[in-house]
Amino acid sequence: MKPIIRLLCAALLCAPALAQARLDVFACEPEWQALVQELAGARARVVSATTALQDPHRIEARPSLIAQLRRADLLVCTGAGLEAGWLPLLLRESANPAVQPGRPGYVEAAGFVTLRDVPERVDRAHGDVHAEGNPHLHTDPRNIARVAAGLAERLAAVDPANAADYGARHADFARRWQAAIARWEREAAVLRDQPVVFQHKSWIYLAEWLVLREAAVLEPLPGVPPSVTHLAAVLDGLRAAPARMIVRAAYEHPRPAAWLAQRAQLPVVVLPYTVGGDPAAGDLFALFDLTIARLRAALPQ
Amino acid sequence: MITRSPRQTLALTLAAGLAAPAASATAPSFNPDVSLILSGSFSRFSRDPDSYALPGFPLAAETGPGEQGLSLAESELVLSANIDPWFFGYFTGAVTPENEFEVEEAYIQTLALPAGVRVKAGRFLSGIGYLNELHPHAWDFVDAPLAYRAFLGGQLGDDGVQITWLAPGAGYVQLGGEWLRGESYPAGGAARDGRGTATAFARVGGDAGASHSYRFGLSHIRARADQRLSGDIEDAPDAFDGKARVTVADFVWKWAPGGNPVQTNFKLQGEYLWRREDGEFTVDVNGVAPGMDDYRSNQTGWYLQTVYQFMPRWRAGLRHDRLRTRDLDAGANAAALDTGGHAPRRSAAMLDFSPSEFSRVRLQFNRDTSQPEADNQLMLQYLTSLGAHGAHRF
Repeated sequence: MKPIIRLLCAALLCAPALAQARLDVFACEPEWQALVQELAGARARVVSATTALQDPHRIEARPSLIAQLRRADLLVCTGAGLEAGWLPLLLRESANPAVQPGRPGYVEAAGFVTLRDVPERVDRAHGDVHAEGNPHLHTDPRNIARVAAGLAERLAAVDPANAADYGARHADFARRWQAAIARWEREAAVLRDQPVVFQHKSWIYLAEWLVLREAAVLEPLPGVPPSVTHLAAVLDGLRAAPARMIVRAAYEHPRPAAWLAQRAQLPVVVLPYTVGGDPAAGDLFALFDLTIARLRAALPQ
Repeated sequence: MITRSPRQTLALTLAAGLAAPAASATAPSFNPDVSLILSGSFSRFSRDPDSYALPGFPLAAETGPGEQGLSLAESELVLSANIDPWFFGYFTGAVTPENEFEVEEAYIQTLALPAGVRVKAGRFLSGIGYLNELHPHAWDFVDAPLAYRAFLGGQLGDDGVQITWLAPGAGYVQLGGEWLRGESYPAGGAARDGRGTATAFARVGGDAGASHSYRFGLSHIRARADQRLSGDIEDAPDAFDGKARVTVADFVWKWAPGGNPVQTNFKLQGEYLWRREDGEFTVDVNGVAPGMDDYRSNQTGWYLQTVYQFMPRWRAGLRHDRLRTRDLDAGANAAALDTGGHAPRRSAAMLDFSPSEFSRVRLQFNRDTSQPEADNQLMLQYLTSLGAHGAHRF
């Protein structure tokens, strides 16, 4: 009886479970895909639901994503409502109990970090606000260190046979990451207190880390595209209190920043936002190397 | 002075009572996700909508073009949450403009079955076709395609059980089947002791590069009708007894540059429906001399539509619809079901503007030749969703 069940199982249903040489990880965003690669190396096969050129708020639960999540052992997402428009549906459609909320295979980065901008009132008249707080937490590398610690524990929980290896890889990553943060902070010292215009409120964690001053935001309300009226008001404000640069993410539309840059005589800094947002931002270290370099280059020499 | 029926007051209290805590909750709580769909329209038809008919196609209730002038659509209250680690629960209740409360969907769905299997039980929209599973407020046009009107009574939703299986491979392959009560068109009267309808469907889908994605589906419905009413339901309904079989082939293909639909995106979608019915048709079933005779039909219909978002928040769309009667033998009732050699068709153009993900205003024009004399239909519609952020189906 038992061999028959096992044979059927292997042939039909549980083939991925039995043949599991590598851990299948489904990341919602490229930064978490890169972090899993750092912590699991060749032990994991990681896919990302979004690329750096897609707005993580605004993709659809496509058939290909449902199929990928169906066979995942671990899901790593930002949480805090960032994926509210597609992840809940994807989770249900995937019919994969291992990655449902509450299971060890379900990881939300926001759960390891203290979120900023938690609104006192959740009212959509204020735009697409997230009740849990601002979800763009990975733009501060110190948050990535916090998520890495939590994620390493989850990897060990999901794949206990290799727990020691995940622990060792995490210790190595944490050491290199702390050293890199110290270096980035030294390089970014010149940016301290510089007034910066942001296109979307995606950068508050970066601004807090580097002590950048938010001079203005091009979106009148979160998720509402910049209007000419609002841009004109921002322009007026900048005449009174000039800024140093305009920052937008690689996935955002270039026009609003370009419009303002031309009139306010400011440089536009296109930041990769996440891994893959620029050919030179191939991993997490390169992401912040490039981010700091681009910001520094925008300052008058 | 505004007077409210007790039922109305209850519905309002219910909506207010549930929505208020969700709106002010900043801390995690066990409240279900609550959203309320508010929608209404202004319509101008050149022909009287009460005279609407599809010659040769017996129509179910509420399948016409809608009301002339200003009107409110159904206000839908949606509640959903994970019940526990094993079940997800979903409820949509609609308050009709006539102040009646209807349970549109109320189902539970498994979350923890192994091997890609899911079971859904309760009242739900059937998984057949593409558009059928989407709520009307998620449709790209104000009205249902003619083939949905004629063969599915607008949309197939019923009480029952659904089982789906998602294949474990790299590609998306889903198989599913349903056993339904058989109260809804194309069935009727909960025949076979309340197991009147069975469906089966298969879907495959995937991506082609970063910018393209697609889904194909094939579905089949076998329904038993027991006194299924059609035509003038209120005053002089006709009835069908027998079996109906509907086969649906559907596809949707989407494009967004680099997979980022925020600026521009494009969608092409089409469905082909084929219905065969075999049984008895009775004209004016409640009349003094109801005319009953054998009835056989073989009819097809299709629609093809495109929607293009040409700039953020603005979309334009075109749709074409056709129905065809290949074969219709109604015996003594031939006159009542005469197509007059006419094949219904309709063309539509729409433009919509979405200030946010939660609101949309839509203008649509139809040139509707459901009947030999064309009807020019102009519709202005608003669609809003307040409360929880709904997830979008592909």
